[in-house]
Amino acid sequence: MKRTLFYITTFMIVSLSLVPFLWFVNTSLKTPLEVTSIPPVFIPSGALSSYVSAIEGYDLLHFVRNSLIVAGVTTIITILISIITGYSLARLRLKYKGLIMGSLLVVSMFPQISIAGPVWRILQDLGWLNSYQGLIIPYVTLTLPLGVWILASFFKDLPPELEASARIDGCSHFQTLFRIMVPLAAPGVFTAAILVFIYAWNEFFFALLIMTQQDFQTLPVGIALFQGQYTMPWGEIAAASTVSTVPLVLMVFVFQKRIISGLTAGAVKG
Amino acid sequence: MRLSILARERIFGASLLIPCFIFVAAFAFYPIVYSLSLSFHKIILGLPSLGQPFIGFDNYRELLQDRIALHSLVNTLIFVFATTFFEILFGLIIALVINKYFMGRGLARAAILVPWAVPTVVSSQMWRFIFNDKYGLLNYIFFGSDTSAYTAWLAHPSTAFAAIVVADVWKTSSFAGLLILAGLQLIPDELYEAAKIDGASSWQQFKKITLPLIKPAMLIALLFRTMDAFRVFDLVFVMTQGGPADSTNVLQFYGYKKIFAEGLMGYGSTISVLVFLITFIISLIYIRTIGVKLFQEKG
Repeated sequence: MKRTLFYITTFMIVSLSLVPFLWFVNTSLKTPLEVTSIPPVFIPSGALSSYVSAIEGYDLLHFVRNSLIVAGVTTIITILISIITGYSLARLRLKYKGLIMGSLLVVSMFPQISIAGPVWRILQDLGWLNSYQGLIIPYVTLTLPLGVWILASFFKDLPPELEASARIDGCSHFQTLFRIMVPLAAPGVFTAAILVFIYAWNEFFFALLIMTQQDFQTLPVGIALFQGQYTMPWGEIAAASTVSTVPLVLMVFVFQKRIISGLTAGAVKG
Repeated sequence: MRLSILARERIFGASLLIPCFIFVAAFAFYPIVYSLSLSFHKIILGLPSLGQPFIGFDNYRELLQDRIALHSLVNTLIFVFATTFFEILFGLIIALVINKYFMGRGLARAAILVPWAVPTVVSSQMWRFIFNDKYGLLNYIFFGSDTSAYTAWLAHPSTAFAAIVVADVWKTSSFAGLLILAGLQLIPDELYEAAKIDGASSWQQFKKITLPLIKPAMLIALLFRTMDAFRVFDLVFVMTQGGPADSTNVLQFYGYKKIFAEGLMGYGSTISVLVFLITFIISLIYIRTIGVKLFQEKG
């Protein structure tokens, strides 16, 4: 009895998690007529026509390219900075660590609107609206807290003897960090990279403000602003949505454990 | 000049913090101060000839009279309470389920994480489609092929509001679940074994062992979700544009509209400052209640 209840609950949770999204994927495979039919068509026959139309009519691939550039560069910069910052905060004898970690936490909790106007003005003065760096810089700022927290918690768990013996063997601080510590913290680096990439890939608010020209818009902005001439192009929206989500879903299935450990890093330990 | 080992370590450590400091100072802290200063000026983006006259607290006086702003604040608060309540509730159920060992647990965990990975814009469009008045799945589930009964969910104030709550709860319950799960995993099995020997029922075990011990994790989930719900924007932008009749207008969306759609940089900034103050106070409470222990681990 109890076991049955448990399996029913599990089944419910899993289907509620998956069905709405699968329905959208299903929609992306329909013909325009099937998308709006009542009762709904459950087995689509449009094949990839919505995808072709999204690529040809809405320039889907160029949104994908912009997203890859912005999310990729953001990830690289954030991770490099997070490595040195996280190492310093986790392993070196510094003052005001609590204050620094706390300030970072506050930054990660800012509602974007509280800095949106000024960030927009600064970028305008620099001439960086509608440029990749114009979006990458705010993204790096907003993902640094996440990266630093995850890496600091990974560095903290490494045994202190390693560092000491590297130092005795004559390694400089920098050599110790990049030859000994970073390889050991590789799982943490990887976890942080996945989460930062997902954040930058999914972000919408700043992308909407900063990228007002279609040439530079990322996937979320494209998907939010898709407009048909007379009707909503649901098939194309669903196709673009699938394209932007499937890579992330694959990541989740492959790296499930790492993502969970990263999301909870620092939050509950202590 | 010879420096002690400790001094050299401190200099090295501090220099490693510089890049992070530059980003955060220039693009997070400075903008906060800048917002505050903008809020004391009259700045209209479309009318640069006006200049930027200093007008003291005029914008704030206007804010107090602004009924839509008040309405957005109330909406935001209701949204925060409603979504966090359901997310913690479902999060707890999810955590209890995926903490048990069963066949295919890894797959179930990954499946539960899917909504978290879906970009918010995508989930917003997805729910907008499901709630569609003419061919949405929800209407079909409720009314079958009886199209005369089909409801325009997003066109009525209360159902539109419920719709954005549903979309948010769907997307983020799993995140709350993960945080609570991390707390569950810290509970040693021995406690349950001892309770069983003493004849405690599962409900008693849950009430006397599980709940008290996952309280810190639940508190963290609660506060993370609260802060996140305060900045709801994507859902509103895509699903309702704040309508109908401002019923789903929230602070972040209202601020965005004032600053970027209407070009009222000065007045809009008062909303930025207000939102910042509210969330700053909440995050301070967070750091005081649970964060302190984390920072003091290593001196």
